[in-house]
Amino acid sequence: MTKVLTDTRSIRIKGRSFLALVLSPEPPLDAWLTRLDDLASRSAGFFLGRPVVLDVADLEIDRAGLKKLIDELGQRNVRIMGIEGGRPSLFEPGMPPAMKGGRPAPDIEIPAEPTVEPVGAASAKASASSVLVEPQAARAISSIVIREPVRSGQSVIFPEGDVTVVGSVASGAEIIAGGSVHIYGTLRGRVLAGSVGNASARIFCRRLEAELLAIDGVYKTAEDMAPNLRGQAVQLWLEGIRSWQKDLTEPAAGQHTGAGRWRK
Amino acid sequence: MAKVIVVTSGKGGVGKTTSTAALGAALAQRNEKTVVVDFDVGLRNLDLVMGAERRVVYDLVNVIQGDAKLPQALIRDKRLDTLFLLPASQTRDKDCLTAEGVERVMAELRKHFDWIICDSPAGIERGATLAMRHADIAVIVTNPEVSSVRDSDRIIGLLDAKTERAERGERVEKHLLLTRYDPVRAERGDMLKVDDVLEILSIPLVGIVPESTDVLRASNLGAPVTLADSRSAPALAYLDAARRIAGETVPMTIPGEKRGLLGKLFGRRAA
Repeated sequence: MTKVLTDTRSIRIKGRSFLALVLSPEPPLDAWLTRLDDLASRSAGFFLGRPVVLDVADLEIDRAGLKKLIDELGQRNVRIMGIEGGRPSLFEPGMPPAMKGGRPAPDIEIPAEPTVEPVGAASAKASASSVLVEPQAARAISSIVIREPVRSGQSVIFPEGDVTVVGSVASGAEIIAGGSVHIYGTLRGRVLAGSVGNASARIFCRRLEAELLAIDGVYKTAEDMAPNLRGQAVQLWLEGIRSWQKDLTEPAAGQHTGAGRWRK
Repeated sequence: MAKVIVVTSGKGGVGKTTSTAALGAALAQRNEKTVVVDFDVGLRNLDLVMGAERRVVYDLVNVIQGDAKLPQALIRDKRLDTLFLLPASQTRDKDCLTAEGVERVMAELRKHFDWIICDSPAGIERGATLAMRHADIAVIVTNPEVSSVRDSDRIIGLLDAKTERAERGERVEKHLLLTRYDPVRAERGDMLKVDDVLEILSIPLVGIVPESTDVLRASNLGAPVTLADSRSAPALAYLDAARRIAGETVPMTIPGEKRGLLGKLFGRRAA
């Protein structure tokens, strides 16, 4: 039987990233668990309510061993949300899912009693061969500038912030930005701004010939765009669209009052 | 210093092989030793356009697989002493081309020639990426219509990503060769205008070859258009383009802007 859709609104899907704690057990596991217990006794509830990922990349372990380890951690109220670096053969139904593509983040300071060494440092000393989470200086990269045309078939994906293109974006090219997108040229391809749930992101371009535009998952194809915007220098945001003024300033407040989103 | 040129487009049927032969002959006429290399393994055509199809013994795949030495596979043109052809195999496919093999052949050709012109197959797969891999200069052949322009744009992106030069952090010198240009149809809006194509692709223009029956006639004769009738409009366009590739400054003429005999001919045909 076919279901009849009475509500034709499209489903919005967004990406979001969370900072997870990564535990990298080291052999022998019994001793490692004892050290974990020691940590837990000092800062009770440290793992409570936090996403924890188990990194088994450097651990010689079989499926039974991994299952046992997850159980042991469960008894200590450490809930594993995913397993990183595991061979596919390690997994069985019911286990946390495999994760990949994680990016390093700074070491997490453990709020411990005074004079107690954080476990991150301790484990780093204990074994140089274990996967070290590179302590990186927290740099705020919030925008990138692309100094050449974005060609057909190329994609620029920058979830961290704004993208500026000094040149055109060709038909068949795409820009996906966490923040706003600025194009100093003709936009003929696709632009997805505010892709990680930023409804205040905007799209700016010198000349609009786009195939597809989206802000915060709300999209518009070339067919849905107001025809008078074609070929114009425009600024687009989620409440409405209007032509970019020549001096590139914002339109005067109150000129647009429509709060209708492009497509709900 | 040898220069490797790739003649590429992404789209098929835009005139890569014709342009390879015409530019090859034009450069060889400058008394510079030139070889045209057919990379279209399985669908070779360059031998036909060069009029050498009856003289092919060994081909590029034989050289890559070590069945023949490079001098055995090179065919010297009967009209020009400085022009050579390295044909492709018709019985194999593009999987026979290996990255190491192509690199070896290119390195050897660089020792003996001033210009090495690689005729790329259509598409963006193995044959095309290997043809562009060692290029110093790319000639992007484009027809003034949207699908060809978009495919060329894709190829330009690949030239900036997948060539040896790009991997060394250098740039491949890129030139746009607009072929099958019909000024009357462009004026009517049936075709993209020169400025529109240049605006989309934003690379320098090296020549505009007008649509002409001379091209087809030359192909059927088995002669590069620059050798078959060096006074014809397409031949003149290719000869100028070759001079520009060689570094000379030659003023560009857009067909149709001067209302000469050519313009009248086009006008009559369109009417």
